[in-house]
Amino acid sequence: MKSTENNSVTDYDMQQLIGTVLRYGVLLSGAVAIIGGVLYLVQKGAGIPDYTTFNGEPAGYTSLTGIINGLKSGSATEIIQLGVVILIATPIIRIGFSLVSFILEKDRLYVVITLIVLLIILFSMFGGLAV
Amino acid sequence: MTILTFTIILLLGAYLAGLAGSLTGLGGGVVIIPLLTLVFSVDIRYAIGAALVASIATSSGSASAYVKEGITNIRLGMFLEIATTMGAVGGAILAIYTPVNIVAILFGVMLIFSAAMTLRKKHEDALPEGSKLSYTLKLNSSYPSKDGPVEYKLKNIGGGFSIMTIAGVLSGLLGIGSGALKVLAMDTAMRVPFRVSTTTSNFMVGVTAAASAVVYLQRGYIDPGLAFPVIIGVLAGAYTGSKLLMRINVKSLKLIFSIAITMIALNMIYNGFYHKF
Repeated sequence: MKSTENNSVTDYDMQQLIGTVLRYGVLLSGAVAIIGGVLYLVQKGAGIPDYTTFNGEPAGYTSLTGIINGLKSGSATEIIQLGVVILIATPIIRIGFSLVSFILEKDRLYVVITLIVLLIILFSMFGGLAV
Repeated sequence: MTILTFTIILLLGAYLAGLAGSLTGLGGGVVIIPLLTLVFSVDIRYAIGAALVASIATSSGSASAYVKEGITNIRLGMFLEIATTMGAVGGAILAIYTPVNIVAILFGVMLIFSAAMTLRKKHEDALPEGSKLSYTLKLNSSYPSKDGPVEYKLKNIGGGFSIMTIAGVLSGLLGIGSGALKVLAMDTAMRVPFRVSTTTSNFMVGVTAAASAVVYLQRGYIDPGLAFPVIIGVLAGAYTGSKLLMRINVKSLKLIFSIAITMIALNMIYNGFYHKF
């Protein structure tokens, strides 16, 4: 790619891209949650809700691998949880797109700033803070 | 009450939370926690998980429009997200050592503060001259208006950054977006014009909430049965709110909402003191 093409990436392009990423992330997560939710009500709608004491979600609902394994068994609640994961991932993916935009804009200062934010979130994910 | 009835009532509640949150600028999470704990006696930890999900949904849903219009200051948001995500991770760690009744009391105090902030008059004027750091960090920008783009400059970057860290800690600890504190940092300390501070604050809430949501998901705070009506209800409510915002006068609505929220807050604080959580 020629360097002149790189320079043509502007803040305006970044705004449109980020706006689109956020919109589709939210729509996708909402659609997955609706599918899972309807199935959940069909399967469990007649049951009694119990949230008065905190037991924590079982292991299958607290990690990506657990959720994917649960999906294989066709569990409705795992479909909802996938929607939740897409929702949480949306702003994080937005940071990734910002990073690429700043690299293309050759804005070194903001490449560093964006990387710091990304590292903090990765630490939060994999830093063993769950205990 | 069956799961079906519970889900329908929660869906309606989340819809109203999203509607009120978007009309007043407080976000969806603020109403979700009292709704779940006080009305449905849900454990506050499940409520925090659901509120985080609500905060991300409202933030991403409405931010997409403001970002495209070019009102949001993306560089300012990105820079301050260092403070809020660091704070949010700290808050999520702090949550392990904080008894739930203290969380409830803190939440109540934060609600009263948010209500007061809603009614406070914000800065609309743009500063002509910024501090040295605002130029180094490229934080000065412009936003579109009816009379063409308005240039603005910022001051007191360090002060704003510090308040943002506190906003992040409270967001990680309580599961809310801390929108009120974010506006305080940008409006009062850094003198960001009103339209930019509210939209940039909203833009940052998603990333801040996601930073602690990844921890809370692993801790088992996020329950699918609560998450699904909350996501859908809040998104639909925020969407209706953004359409209504153009047509109605929100001034009296903000007053009513602030009084209601203060009463809810006192209830949360009372219950917190008497260990009803």
